[in-house]
Amino acid sequence: MAAVLPPQAAPHEFLRARTRWHPLEIVFWLSTLLPFVVVPEYLQLASQIAIAALFAISLDLILGYAGIVSIGHAAYFGLGAYTAGILSKHGIGEPVVLLVLGAIVAGVVGYASSFIIARFRHLALIMITLGICLMFYEAANLAGWLTGGADGLQGIKIGPLAGTFKFDLYGKTAYSYSLIVLFLCFLLARRLTHSPFGLSLRGIRENAVRMPAIGAPSDAHIRKVYTIAAAIAGIAGAVLAQTTSTVSLEVLGFQRSADVLVMLIMGGAGKLYGGILGSIVYMVARDQFSGINPQYWYFWIGLMMVLVVMYLPNGLLGGLEKLTARWRRSPT
Amino acid sequence: MLGPIAGILFDGFAYGMLLFLLSVGLSVTLGMMNFINLAHASFGMLGGYVAVTLMQHFGWPFLATLPAAFVIAAAVSMVLERVMFRRMYRATDLDQTLLTIGVVFMSIAGAAYFWGTVQQPVAVPDYLSGAFVVAGVNIARYRLFLIVVALVIVAVLIAGLEWTRFGAQVRAAVDNQRMARGLGLDVDRAFSLTFALGSGLAGLGGALAIAMVGLDPGFAFAYLIYVLIVVSVGGLASIGGSFVAASLLGISDMAGKYYVPQLGSFLIYLVMVGILMWRPTGLFGKR
Repeated sequence: MAAVLPPQAAPHEFLRARTRWHPLEIVFWLSTLLPFVVVPEYLQLASQIAIAALFAISLDLILGYAGIVSIGHAAYFGLGAYTAGILSKHGIGEPVVLLVLGAIVAGVVGYASSFIIARFRHLALIMITLGICLMFYEAANLAGWLTGGADGLQGIKIGPLAGTFKFDLYGKTAYSYSLIVLFLCFLLARRLTHSPFGLSLRGIRENAVRMPAIGAPSDAHIRKVYTIAAAIAGIAGAVLAQTTSTVSLEVLGFQRSADVLVMLIMGGAGKLYGGILGSIVYMVARDQFSGINPQYWYFWIGLMMVLVVMYLPNGLLGGLEKLTARWRRSPT
Repeated sequence: MLGPIAGILFDGFAYGMLLFLLSVGLSVTLGMMNFINLAHASFGMLGGYVAVTLMQHFGWPFLATLPAAFVIAAAVSMVLERVMFRRMYRATDLDQTLLTIGVVFMSIAGAAYFWGTVQQPVAVPDYLSGAFVVAGVNIARYRLFLIVVALVIVAVLIAGLEWTRFGAQVRAAVDNQRMARGLGLDVDRAFSLTFALGSGLAGLGGALAIAMVGLDPGFAFAYLIYVLIVVSVGGLASIGGSFVAASLLGISDMAGKYYVPQLGSFLIYLVMVGILMWRPTGLFGKR
């Protein structure tokens, strides 16, 4: 990776080397097509995983890269979901248009709240992100005339994708659609994190006070990345609303914020693939455990989290990297 | 006009005292070790279940279950602190958050496994149920009892922190942990005791809470948010701050439910965000 470059490499060479595609990445993205062939009966789950992965990537941008711990990221996910759901009720059926609108609404709200977010750190920050999310939850609960309140949004009508592909029960369209959106957003996030902007975000994570001293305004960068992350979370929410044709209060719940945090950390924060890997493991585990025992699956998820934090400090991906590094060293 | 207001103040204050008992331990341990323990409310839940079990299966009187809830919650927390939390003091905020959310998940599933997901019934003894009227204000005996217990505990805590050797050690460790270590204080031991004490108080709060707010496995999550609000608004390691914040929260929650029920909890979250924006370290926080 980056570390093998000689130190005298010019900055742009360094950046270019980081953006080069690793063969494993290509293998990974090709293997995301496997569910169509291998487990066609699980395409709905695969679609859910792709959505969760997209949501995890959006959290990774602010948490893994800029170091902003948020336990209220579901606010933007829910905004996107409700925007797409409500607008579809009022005649906008084209999925892609809804997606863009969901992203815009979540992004605008994210931009507005980023002015608050950029000012705080530590416990106050955690509580403010949580508070903002809870406020949206309560607001959606109260505005029953708009959102359907606790009963969930009724009467969502999503048109066929690109005028031809209908969303069906088997999830073929749903998974294709979620996967394409995930891949496009991933490309965006990958470009972003490998850019000089992405590097300065890491600088902020390491030391937010020093960054302005070398000419990188911390607050402005935090605002930017927070807005982008909010918009991507909004896209994830909109995709969920479209592929499942349901939006309930749960999209804004604390549970969803906590889940995505778990997926991201379990997979490994600060690495885009960490969020994806984490959401695959988490969602599959949840599916399996809740199949075995619907009431107690939480126990196993909790145990998984404890073990990951105690024994895999950099998540599953960090553990894998360590393993491969050891494996590579041993023959020489 | 005065009757309802005084009634809301009383009920809200009683509710606030419940929140105080549930959260004061977290406030002190967070201030001391910077350890974000989201599983704190789980100890409250444990205390609640201990009380219910002792009453239903062993026929203990209600009052006798309260100390038992305290002791068992404290003991369990001490074990967890030894085997798990102690290794995480130097970890990042994020890892601590995650580890303790994991413990919350496990505690919720464990509670559902052993006690089922239904609401636990609790029978308050006769001398604590019912209500009487003073100057037009309806005073529920149980809530009065709750307030008295909480006030006694506040007094004991403040006196203990202010005038005992252990209290001085705790204060020193909160103010400057490295300096306290440098002076030869056994900060780890002080912390482990404080942790057990705080969890025990949460357990006591949980046992007292069932008669007022009920108990099911969702308790650990539902009250976690309230506990966090009290701690962050009150400021870390400040017993007085937790007391004020818990009273404010309890009263405004009651008043909100009474006067503007259509707003629900919206108001509380708004107030919390507002206060934190105004004072990021909480009302009485130093750091």
